Amino acid sequence: MDNMAAKPDETILDEGIEKGAALLTDERIEKTILRVLNTEGGARIKVYVDTCVHCGLCAEACHYYLSHDNDPRFSPAGKVRQTLGEMIARKGKVDREFMKKAAEIAATQCNLCKRCAMYCPFGIDVAYLMSVVRRITHLLGMTPQYIQATAHSHSVSMNQMWVREDEWPDTLQWQEEEARSEMPKLRIPLEKEGADIMYSVIGPEPKFQAQLLYQAAILMNAAGVNWTMPATPGWDNSDMAMFTGDSELMGRIKRQHFETAARLKVKKIVMGECGHAFRSVYDTGNRWLGWKIPPIPIVHAIEFYYDLIKEGRIKIAQKYAEPVTLHDPCNVVRGGGLHEKARYVIRAICDNLIEMHPNREHNYCCCAGGGVINCGPPYKMARINGNRVKAEQLFAVKARGARTLIAPCHNCHSGLEDINHYYGLEMNVKFIGDILYQVMEKPE
Amino acid sequence: MNTEEWDWETSEKCVAFKDWHQQFEWVEEPYVSPDGEIIAAIVNVGEGEFSICANGNIQESSFEKIWRLRFTPDGRLTALASDAGEWTVTVDGAAWENRFSYVWNPLFSDDGHSIAVSFQQDGQYGMALNDVPWEQTYMNLTDAFLSADGQHTAASVQMIAAGESEIHKFQAGTISAAVNGKAWDRNFVNVWGKAVSHDGARVAAEVRLTLYDYTIAVNGVPWEKTYSSVWEPVFNPLSGKFIAPVRQDGKWMLVEEGQLLWRKPFHQLWHPQFSPDGKNLAAIVATEFGKWSVAINGQAWNIRIGELITDMVFSPDGRKVAVVVKDNERWGIAVQDSVWKNTFDMVWKPVFSPDNTHIAAKVEKDGKYTIVMDDRIWPHTCDAAWDPVFHPEGELLLFRTIEDGVYRRRVIPIRGIWG
Ligand code: SF4
Ligand code: SF4
Repeated sequence: MDNMAAKPDETILDEGIEKGAALLTDERIEKTILRVLNTEGGARIKVYVDTCVHCGLCAEACHYYLSHDNDPRFSPAGKVRQTLGEMIARKGKVDREFMKKAAEIAATQCNLCKRCAMYCPFGIDVAYLMSVVRRITHLLGMTPQYIQATAHSHSVSMNQMWVREDEWPDTLQWQEEEARSEMPKLRIPLEKEGADIMYSVIGPEPKFQAQLLYQAAILMNAAGVNWTMPATPGWDNSDMAMFTGDSELMGRIKRQHFETAARLKVKKIVMGECGHAFRSVYDTGNRWLGWKIPPIPIVHAIEFYYDLIKEGRIKIAQKYAEPVTLHDPCNVVRGGGLHEKARYVIRAICDNLIEMHPNREHNYCCCAGGGVINCGPPYKMARINGNRVKAEQLFAVKARGARTLIAPCHNCHSGLEDINHYYGLEMNVKFIGDILYQVMEKPE
Repeated sequence: MNTEEWDWETSEKCVAFKDWHQQFEWVEEPYVSPDGEIIAAIVNVGEGEFSICANGNIQESSFEKIWRLRFTPDGRLTALASDAGEWTVTVDGAAWENRFSYVWNPLFSDDGHSIAVSFQQDGQYGMALNDVPWEQTYMNLTDAFLSADGQHTAASVQMIAAGESEIHKFQAGTISAAVNGKAWDRNFVNVWGKAVSHDGARVAAEVRLTLYDYTIAVNGVPWEKTYSSVWEPVFNPLSGKFIAPVRQDGKWMLVEEGQLLWRKPFHQLWHPQFSPDGKNLAAIVATEFGKWSVAINGQAWNIRIGELITDMVFSPDGRKVAVVVKDNERWGIAVQDSVWKNTFDMVWKPVFSPDNTHIAAKVEKDGKYTIVMDDRIWPHTCDAAWDPVFHPEGELLLFRTIEDGVYRRRVIPIRGIWG
């Protein structure tokens, strides 16, 4: 893997980008770029690009830039300059080789984390501009292979992991049975119309992390929540189409998610610990369909745990003793303002929370989000090298005593595991739910 | 569903539902037959052993697992049940002859005579209609469909094996639709929602020809025009053609076999629905971002709803439309361009009286359920309720509720509802 390290000048060979590029003509490239610039993105793109004064204030916000020894090519403004800036300046007259590099930069060198937007005096949203580049590369058929494959899964199965229609209820029934050895009357109520809450998760949970479904079931039953899970497609809240620029597919899967909740007549959708899915259901996907706010309110797991603990519906038997630190996921913290609620929950279930720095909305991204980890093995080292600064941040908090790293987001969790392993941090990476399950009182 | 033959004479019948909880380890959420005569629930009768209790009588057969208990529209009690690792469908306590590795997604015809399910048998997929499985099975199946008359099953099926990372193979088309088990002779990138012509001869589906070109295919033949997206087709009973919402230049419009049906495009347009006589066409629309309404024959109502419109229903004469609306975090009902003043925590699909004059719906407020009719609330708070049913002549209403642990089937003269 190490030989795949992203040295700035090296291009990683990706079948999705390569084969897509091979089919391109200059004319198609130009037409597609102009179409997106003139019709879809319109004024906002141009204003952003024209407003940038190249002051460089955003550079130090970006973990890629910091991790690559302040190489300007990895600065937010630098990424715009190498992609959209050129496309605009050359009025779409760019070639195949240019587009290959642009696809790689937009898909794998930006996590759409929006940290840089906080430091730009003009509030320029580079994440948005990188999404525009991804939209163009989608329309040109040159999205990286692995994330494109995931979009295909969404299109067929309406979930991220090719979970078949029968596998989903079967998995829930299996987890229900398992959990009954711990709570004999436990239920995972499927298709219970009129429940208060529909619990939704992302595809990897039934596929690889069924223990998370088990833990959620214990929590719901212990707290006496009137909940349900759909037995049909629509159960998955994840959305890689949002990150490939396939807005039409994003709309289709979000419609199914919300219409499933509406069909079940639930008052809220509670979602598991996922960040990108939150962005999709809380902001991007619903809006594309015309819903200004989610038509059925969305409650992220952090907020849900907060409510359960605050209302005394979950009692803590014994707090988690090992000192913990919290990684604030971009999508639920910068994007959803859940940082204080996360701390309330962690203080309620852990003895000792040691803050990493920077934290809250200033935290560095995990470098997995924005679909980057979903671009798969070819970019694994690009991700790890692109976030040396995260390792440094974690070593510093470890030196102050933290041993467990809480990451209440699936992408963060997986990305941080890679950082943990590669840089030899030896921390225990956990979801809040893992600890909550461990420390809560469980009725017989 | 012949409601005329139901018991409209007895004003009240009761079942002591709460008592079941003493009898069994646990009792799952109950379901009630359309005519209100039976209340049933899945019950646990011992460790890893389940049965179905109906009006206090336990079905003879028990299973390791039972789920998806539902009444068909004609009042038969169905469930999906498993024993020794095999799954089947039970109907009024009798299991289908066929056993499968897994079975899910039961679908009922409008009259309830037909029951279809999706099945998986040793890793192969198909549908079964009234205990008759498709002869041909496939490597994967999604989006199962049963025609309203119960005669035709259809699903999206995978025709060509492709590894997850074989993206270009996938984009060349691996998916088709199988109708009554037989696949179309053309593959697509995707096949989704389906509709069938009234004579059953043509099935239409949303398809994606490439990653970018969406259209409707009828019996496997795509419309000539493609769009940047489409929603599921609907059969037009008068023209005999299929219509569908399509997206072009960032707007949604309604077309019939590629021809523009409504002059005006919308920000969103979905769930088109013909009136029972086929003469009127309604759809849920957003006139602009975050502003929802209902369009009838292309003309949007004046009301604008901020959050959600769902559960659209035509009156039997096709002249009125009612919908469930959600605005400012409250649920309500809108009828003929006017929103009722009462709001609720949840509202179920409105029900028209056969003479088109009344509208009633199940509603929830503060954790209790009741019925609202013509924007007036029935002054009973119930622990559970089911949709109200009108007598065919329209003078009586059937209420099915649970109050203080007792299931009650009440027949109430409409004039007497308000006490
Ligand atoms: S990774 Fe984050 S900070 Fe860096 S350019 Fe992208 S959005 Fe900005
Ligand atoms: S901070 Fe804003 S204006 Fe300055 S270089 Fe970055 S994007 Fe441009």
